[in-house]
Amino acid sequence: MSTTTIPQAAAPPQVKTRVPLPPKLRAPGWYRAALFSVLGLGFAVGITVLIRWLQHQHPVVDGSAITIVGLFSAPLGFLVGIGTCDYWLHWAAGRPTRPEDHSGHGAHSWRDYFRVNTDHKVIGIQYTVTSFFFLFVGGLLAMLIRAQLAKPGMQFLTEEQYNGVFSVHATVLIFLFVIPVFAGLANFVLPLMIGAPDMAFPRLNALSYWLLPLGGVIMLMSFLAPGGSFASGWTAYAPLSTTMPVGQLFFSIGVQFAGFSSIFTALNFLVTIITMRAPGMSFFRMPLLVWANFSTSLLVVIATPFIAASQFFILLDSSLHFHFFDAFVGDHNNGNVIMYQHVFWFYSHPAVYIMMLPGFGIISEIIAVKSRKPIFGYRMMAFSLVAIVVLGFTVWAHHMFVSGMSPWIRIPMMVTTAVIAVPTGIKIFSWLATLWRGVLHLDTPMLFALGFLTMFTLGGISGVMLAMIPFDIHVSQTYFIVAHIHYVLFGGSLFTIFAGVYYWFPKMTGRMLDDRLGKWHFWMTFIFFNLTFAPMHLIGIQGMPRRVAEYASKFAAWNLFISISAFILGASILIFLYNVVASWRYGPRASANPWRALTLEWQVSSPPPVFNFDAVPTVVGGPYEYGVPGAVHGIFKAPEETRVAAGFTTPPSQQRHE
Amino acid sequence: MVLIGVIGLAILIPIALVIPWFPSNGSKQAGNVRTLYTVLLLTTIPIFVLVETVVVFSVWKFRMRPGDEEKDGPPIHGNTRLEVLWTVLPAILILSLCTYAYTVLHSNEASKTSEMTVNVSERQFAFEFSYPQAGGKTVVSPVLYLPKGRPVVFKIRSLDVVHSFFVPEFSEKIDAVPGITTTLRVTPTRLGTYPAECTELCGAGHSLMRATVYVVPSATFRSWLSSQPANSAPPIGTPPSSANQAGVPGAATTPTAGASSAKSAAPAGASAAGVAGGKTVFTGSAACSSCHTLGAAGATGTIGPDLDTRLRKDCATAASKRIRGATLQQCISTAITSPYKYIPSGFQAGIMPSTFSHTLTSTQIQSLVTFLSSATK
Repeated sequence: MSTTTIPQAAAPPQVKTRVPLPPKLRAPGWYRAALFSVLGLGFAVGITVLIRWLQHQHPVVDGSAITIVGLFSAPLGFLVGIGTCDYWLHWAAGRPTRPEDHSGHGAHSWRDYFRVNTDHKVIGIQYTVTSFFFLFVGGLLAMLIRAQLAKPGMQFLTEEQYNGVFSVHATVLIFLFVIPVFAGLANFVLPLMIGAPDMAFPRLNALSYWLLPLGGVIMLMSFLAPGGSFASGWTAYAPLSTTMPVGQLFFSIGVQFAGFSSIFTALNFLVTIITMRAPGMSFFRMPLLVWANFSTSLLVVIATPFIAASQFFILLDSSLHFHFFDAFVGDHNNGNVIMYQHVFWFYSHPAVYIMMLPGFGIISEIIAVKSRKPIFGYRMMAFSLVAIVVLGFTVWAHHMFVSGMSPWIRIPMMVTTAVIAVPTGIKIFSWLATLWRGVLHLDTPMLFALGFLTMFTLGGISGVMLAMIPFDIHVSQTYFIVAHIHYVLFGGSLFTIFAGVYYWFPKMTGRMLDDRLGKWHFWMTFIFFNLTFAPMHLIGIQGMPRRVAEYASKFAAWNLFISISAFILGASILIFLYNVVASWRYGPRASANPWRALTLEWQVSSPPPVFNFDAVPTVVGGPYEYGVPGAVHGIFKAPEETRVAAGFTTPPSQQRHE
Repeated sequence: MVLIGVIGLAILIPIALVIPWFPSNGSKQAGNVRTLYTVLLLTTIPIFVLVETVVVFSVWKFRMRPGDEEKDGPPIHGNTRLEVLWTVLPAILILSLCTYAYTVLHSNEASKTSEMTVNVSERQFAFEFSYPQAGGKTVVSPVLYLPKGRPVVFKIRSLDVVHSFFVPEFSEKIDAVPGITTTLRVTPTRLGTYPAECTELCGAGHSLMRATVYVVPSATFRSWLSSQPANSAPPIGTPPSSANQAGVPGAATTPTAGASSAKSAAPAGASAAGVAGGKTVFTGSAACSSCHTLGAAGATGTIGPDLDTRLRKDCATAASKRIRGATLQQCISTAITSPYKYIPSGFQAGIMPSTFSHTLTSTQIQSLVTFLSSATK
């Protein structure tokens, strides 16, 4: 829904002004959002008091009941108030809907980023910037964790606070940084890449963005809850989580908002990719980033409802005593504790690929462009993504080798877990072969891509080790796991995110980033990332459990070393922050295609025009035809001419395979 | 390029083999896991070196030279033979590793003849080990004694949330899950003192949830076992029959729910419980000694308040008298059954289990009160 024209639209002259509200409170925007949030809260108070009064429950005013309902109703009030649902509500109420006049497209000042906007480019930037805000929050929490662990013996956090800090750290970085930042980058780039003017459902796109900060604010507000924030880890294992203070519910409910955001975006990507490709853009002419997001969206749509369910179970268990996971209740001790873990991991393992596949796409773009060569084995690259999607659903119980589930389940899970390394290996070897004999432009995006190759190979290797059940039994729930997950999600995902930001920043902002600062940023991150997380493998095998605020003194030296490295690693992000802020304001203007790339997003101006393409592009060849004399991916001509061109041009990539 | 690879291998493999990855090798199972890990290192390091060699060589050999700004690489789109090769070879390697890992797993978990059973019950935030004896009696201990060389099977239960049982030197671990009994097999092979850790996040006191494992010669083990009082009371690992009230594992949120019933029931068994009985509960089924120091019981725990120096002093404060009752007995009883009503200075809520009103009988609580009020000065 667009918001700029609004005061008139919200108060049409023929309607009698019965409501004595000032226009600011009637028009979509922050004032109305605040008002509706308060109304949502009032609804929560009213309904809980009414029900408790009818049921003769005492006290009639119950803080945690109000909190639970309020955590749903206030954010929903906010969403309606800010204007994400105006069009649908008008339509449902039979009032005249305003046809999309695209007045909300584009951003003319920074204020436009704080409004509901249906332009995928604005939403992409909103998504990315919001996610990076949560990266800083999550990073600061990591600094607290390392400060606590710098020395054995309690430091400045109590055990409960510490448990809360690492739980929020993981939750914020998974649900509010890695997953949405990929959605943000793809939101900006993907419609451009396939030659579409926007996403398939722009209003839904706006709604999925606005759900995201709500989820984040709920998670962070848990620190204000009586009893502290949720402190049962991001995994929220029952029955610990069902017996936690009210802060736990901020996780259960916050995840629902982040999850819906994810699902809506994924649906949008799927429909956009399937229906809105430019003429000539067959599936096997799509850039691999599009393939990657197609695969990721499939994962999101299928898997995310499972975490929503798992957290609704927790909510029902802890607030209404459903006793799903309570083994000590009922005549036959009905509750099943392990069931929670199965449902949780059935989402949360595919989530690892949700956090990795879009990164694979980014790396494929960058390595091809920066090596000036076609991607090696394009079709195998696409097929391996699909293989990972399928296999990704068959491995979840490898998180549960020591959970006490039936022992036989471990064996097939070990095999599938190890076998998923094969499609992943195909990707790594194909990237290496793409480098081979290329002309490598070693600028910042490429450095991050190569750094990713190294770190992700290590993370993949420790992943194969972890698949081996006897070794996993030794190291599960230790710092080895902490090392592995950070090699995959920091060395893997975050490196691809940085690579992507350095690569598309000129397209998104029209300004160039400073390459020298970028290289400083890369080397500091790369070196201190390894110094921080590599020793964790060792102390993990030595037997230091994860999620502890206190540890044996024999680990003191390594932990001090890790903490110091982590502080420098944390500081390295300041270089990035400075570079982005300074370059966005004062950087040199970017040309349309500074990297000489073939994909469609680089064929339009930087930043792109409001409707992306002044002429509909027609795709006539593969996306990575570097080194092929005269090769083009898309042409911008009148439709009659292009149909002829498309019919008579057979791209080299197809000649080879046919 | 081959040179870079060979140099890489020559540096990394010795380093990987020299690093003392594991803690000392304390069990037959641990030996197998180490061998598996060495095999994994030797198979995966060459793969890492291969990847890095190509990256380093490409960066060195194919990087853009001045004047190459407009040049492209050769348009190589793929090579089917190569692609098949790097699909099939890793698959074979991986399936072989899986087969090997399976044989290790099978051998580590095979049941042995002459196994000794040890029951482990875990709760926030303590372990309790019990040794079934002839005649239905059990020996209960907060520390784990094991004879060297004898296969042990642990039967592990949880009284509240998910815990875990991990001895790094044994390389074996399993969760303690409410509602089911999990099994773990270990054959200790080395004398020594090791930590047992809870590795599954279990609440505020998680990082303090530790116990000590002593692996001793079998003669020493036998004499230790016979010196321990055996009782016929069921170990606390048996879920109490009365536990089907709401909020049992969740007692942290409703600390007063069971407390009042326990208090009203307490006087009934008072006469039967003696000081000696209280001491047994203190060191045994309640495992108070794993967290508290008390000279009379030989306990040296440091997680909770030192009962020798703190108990009487804290109970004498005005706030405690108001909250926990005026007499020492009332104070101790409340402190056991609802520990968070009054938190002694310097400590925090959430560490001490708040489930004693369910896990101990009223007789046991009364005997603890009698014992503690006589044992502290």
